[in-house]
Amino acid sequence: MHILETRKLNKRFGGLHVTGDVDFALTPGEMHCLIGPNGAGKSTFFRLILGEHLPDSGEILFQDHDITRARPFQRIRQGLSVKFQVPGIFKELSVRQNLVIALQHHVDPRMLPEEIDRLLEFLGLAHAQAQLAGNLSHGQKQWLEIGMAIGLKPRLLLLDEPTAGMTPDETHATGEMLKRLNAEGMTLLAVEHDMAFVRQIAHRVTVLHFGKVFAQGTIDEITADPRVAKIYLGEVDA
Amino acid sequence: MEQTSRIRRILALIEGPQTLGRGPRFWSGFALVLLLACAYPAFADSYDVGNNVYFFNWLFMALGLSLIWGYGGALSFGQTAFFGIAAYCYGVLTINLGDAYGLTLFSLLAAVGCSALCAAVLGYFLFYGRINGVFLGIVSLSVTLVLERFMAQTAGPEWTIGSARLNGFNGMGNMPSLTIPWPGGPIVLYPDLPLYYVTLALLIAVYLGLRMLVNSRFGNVLVAIRENPLRAEMLGYDIRRYQLMAFVIGSALAGLSGVLYTSWGNYITPASMGMTAAALPIVWVAVGGRSDLTTTLVGALAVLIVFQLLTIHASQYALVVMGALLVITVLVAPRGIVMALVEATLRLSRRKEAR
Repeated sequence: MHILETRKLNKRFGGLHVTGDVDFALTPGEMHCLIGPNGAGKSTFFRLILGEHLPDSGEILFQDHDITRARPFQRIRQGLSVKFQVPGIFKELSVRQNLVIALQHHVDPRMLPEEIDRLLEFLGLAHAQAQLAGNLSHGQKQWLEIGMAIGLKPRLLLLDEPTAGMTPDETHATGEMLKRLNAEGMTLLAVEHDMAFVRQIAHRVTVLHFGKVFAQGTIDEITADPRVAKIYLGEVDA
Repeated sequence: MEQTSRIRRILALIEGPQTLGRGPRFWSGFALVLLLACAYPAFADSYDVGNNVYFFNWLFMALGLSLIWGYGGALSFGQTAFFGIAAYCYGVLTINLGDAYGLTLFSLLAAVGCSALCAAVLGYFLFYGRINGVFLGIVSLSVTLVLERFMAQTAGPEWTIGSARLNGFNGMGNMPSLTIPWPGGPIVLYPDLPLYYVTLALLIAVYLGLRMLVNSRFGNVLVAIRENPLRAEMLGYDIRRYQLMAFVIGSALAGLSGVLYTSWGNYITPASMGMTAAALPIVWVAVGGRSDLTTTLVGALAVLIVFQLLTIHASQYALVVMGALLVITVLVAPRGIVMALVEATLRLSRRKEAR
């Protein structure tokens, strides 16, 4: 059984074929990274899974349910969650209030304060809980959003370049945070450019190129594949 | 036991992250203002008291707009449409039904319900059709202007509903005032002391009720949508439903203003839905500080009083001053002048404490 599966997923923008017949499957408990040169269709593929865009043809199955036409919030309620590239937080609200909004829907109101304290501790943001979220450092904003995304207790967490703009130390700490979540049973799918980070977290890697699945395997298999080096570096051999 | 703790939890929402003012100091101030408002008729002529109910009538619409725009982030430029719908409904109903047996109160509820229903239909197409930002303002403004134009051409004798004549631009008059059935004889709410106290009580109830609403889970989601709609949806909320609910509640409050105004003056005209009328609520709410109920209330009341004084003493400048006030607010204190004053006071007191 796969937790997420796409079958012949197609999306065009005008004459541009952004994803073409993408067949992709994700095993429960996996940490999977999606890489590819700019314009490979990674973000579009993500948006199709989230329901921000609807595909022209093809199917998306989540835990064996067809979610191809479901609205984004319905997908989230089924167990998907997302962390955007640009931190998607509520800047004018306090850090704590951000988490309240994320958790209030599915946590008993009596348990909510305790649950939020636990999450703040996990994110290392307990000291900043009263601050406005917009005043946090970039890395802290990213963590806050990860906190909001995992607060939903998702089966599958999608991460769009979760370490964009982070310092190397913050990137490493984020990797360790994601590994802890994975150890607790969460499946993760991340779009990422930073190969050191991919090496740190990924069990398997998929390379997208011109909207198609170009290669798939472990990070060692992918980096050893001369065809992958070629699409990243052009026709010159690496 | 469970019931009591539930009620206690709901009452606790009167203070929270979405409203300014908490703790004994705020509530003592609130009680003092309320006391002064209650005592005011003792020191004023009852004719003036009745006249000044005029100001309270509009505040419901201002609070409703604060909910829709300030909290929900959806700028509706056409709240006067719902003001007008309820006002005309109240007029037609009461002229036909009369004021006995509490039928004016029934008419009030029916008229407000009618506004809410129209808001639900319009809001459904707006929010489920993903009409956002400036387009929401344009469409809602268009609706109120269309209604104004439509009512303006109802001068002919054929425009009659039962015994109520719509009367075109001259306006519809002679509807009965709200009347409360009472054992010792009905209490007619003419612009006098009873109307003052009833409207004040209604205003306090709406203000406190809205405080609880915006600090509830519903309010949390509403401000989340204002801050970042995509993120709110990606937390599993059907944001269209929340926006629609806020729009309906806010528009029902505009409707309540319409009924109270019509009952107060026994008169309603299409101009109440026109361009000038539609723009004024934006000024009241923006100048005070739309993202908080208290600053909205204080700001709207202050602007209304200034506007009224201007229309009496320098009517040619009244609208120009209102426009200038909006421009100054947007440039100098985009979050509202009352809000800026509150924030400055808080900063000062914090600095003093730090010393």
